[in-house]
Amino acid sequence: MRQDHLISASQLSRADIEAVLDRAAEIDADPAAWAAAHDRAVLGLCFFEPSTRTKMSFETAIKRLGGATTDMGSVESSSVKKGESLADTVRVVEGYADALVLRHPSEGAAKMAAEFVDVPVINAGDGAGQHPSQTLLDLYTIRENVGLDDLSIGIMGDLKYGRTVHSLAEALTNFDVRQHFISPESLRLPRGVRFDLHQSGAQVREHTELDAVLPDLDVLYVTRIQRERFPDESEYEKVAGEYQIDAQTLTAASDDLAVMHPLPRVDEIDPKVDATDHATYFEQAHNGVPVRMALLDSLLEDDQ
Amino acid sequence: MSDHELRVAKIRNGTVIDHVSGGQALNVLSILGIDGSEGLGVSVGMNVPSDRLGHKDVVKVEDRELSQSEVDVISLIAPEATINIIRDFEVVQKNRVDRPETVVGLLSCPNRNCITNANEPVESKFQVVDDGVRCAYCGTIIRDSLADHIDPE
Repeated sequence: MRQDHLISASQLSRADIEAVLDRAAEIDADPAAWAAAHDRAVLGLCFFEPSTRTKMSFETAIKRLGGATTDMGSVESSSVKKGESLADTVRVVEGYADALVLRHPSEGAAKMAAEFVDVPVINAGDGAGQHPSQTLLDLYTIRENVGLDDLSIGIMGDLKYGRTVHSLAEALTNFDVRQHFISPESLRLPRGVRFDLHQSGAQVREHTELDAVLPDLDVLYVTRIQRERFPDESEYEKVAGEYQIDAQTLTAASDDLAVMHPLPRVDEIDPKVDATDHATYFEQAHNGVPVRMALLDSLLEDDQ
Repeated sequence: MSDHELRVAKIRNGTVIDHVSGGQALNVLSILGIDGSEGLGVSVGMNVPSDRLGHKDVVKVEDRELSQSEVDVISLIAPEATINIIRDFEVVQKNRVDRPETVVGLLSCPNRNCITNANEPVESKFQVVDDGVRCAYCGTIIRDSLADHIDPE
């Protein structure tokens, strides 16, 4: 990858994406061969918001490359609590680490952080903005299951605030993919993302119901609709209920449909779906390690 | 000299911003960061008749020659504006405004959750796109009423 940082999926070309996915496949096939690939590297973890999968998979990834982590800990226990700016925090941690992984509640935080440091910055989620490393593992999972060209994907749920959705939609414009966006009217894709999709000439359709489009899909990517996005509980219950799937819903789908979810799920995918061949979300989560190993390898390599 | 030109007196030295869209003169001054406290002589004509625009605004700033990069930002709200540099009552230079590629430190991002609104040491930055501007940090697009987003600081 020719990038210094990974801030947004829109910066990734098809060649960039394929290079990381190919490397991830090599790692997946023989993880032991990579055990000392970056044995002097230290990865700085700056998580200003809670995280389980992203943080743990980055930690595992650098350890499986032979490296180590340094972690600023929770906001409550760090100097952020004393009022330190993000710009200062990353300039300090830069001195302890060879690359930074940053999650922050403000949109644009990773882009700003990258302007203040010389080590690679990986955006691990900036508010309702982007989450490009999640996208790389999503694409890896799609490629492994159904391939990345001549594909119909349905992306459903909270498209407005869902950062995994924004990154995935933009990255998919590099491939021959028909994108169907399924959401309540109030949670449609934000104007900035629709602008990018339009500019790239992507094949995009928007729907408020899954039924009409489900039989045509190769992938259904489900995201959580969050309670706090709605003014009152009853409105949330009404809307969220329309975007939940269960084994019955999937009887209308193709046998080969892969159901994905960035996790955590609450009740948008019924646990009975887990036992079907459609369920791909745990495999997707596991792919976080080889894909993030490949990403770190690429960024640390460029930095040497 | 026609009647409407007399509404705003000629200046000896400085810059005349002409053919500003009617009603935008005060926003032009705001964009230029001119609020009177600099001690510059400033004359404003608003909604004066214009052959080209029907009605236009005119802004005259005495004893200051504005650079092209300063005035290009004006194109966002007054794309027809012309810039005349005046020396000893004569127009020595006449330019159109060009759309800049980026606008730094002028507009505030309407997304309250944008990092540029988070008390960090960073200036706002917008890329100029087809029909508006786009925050370089959070991607928010502003299409209408750009002048409402001029940062007063």
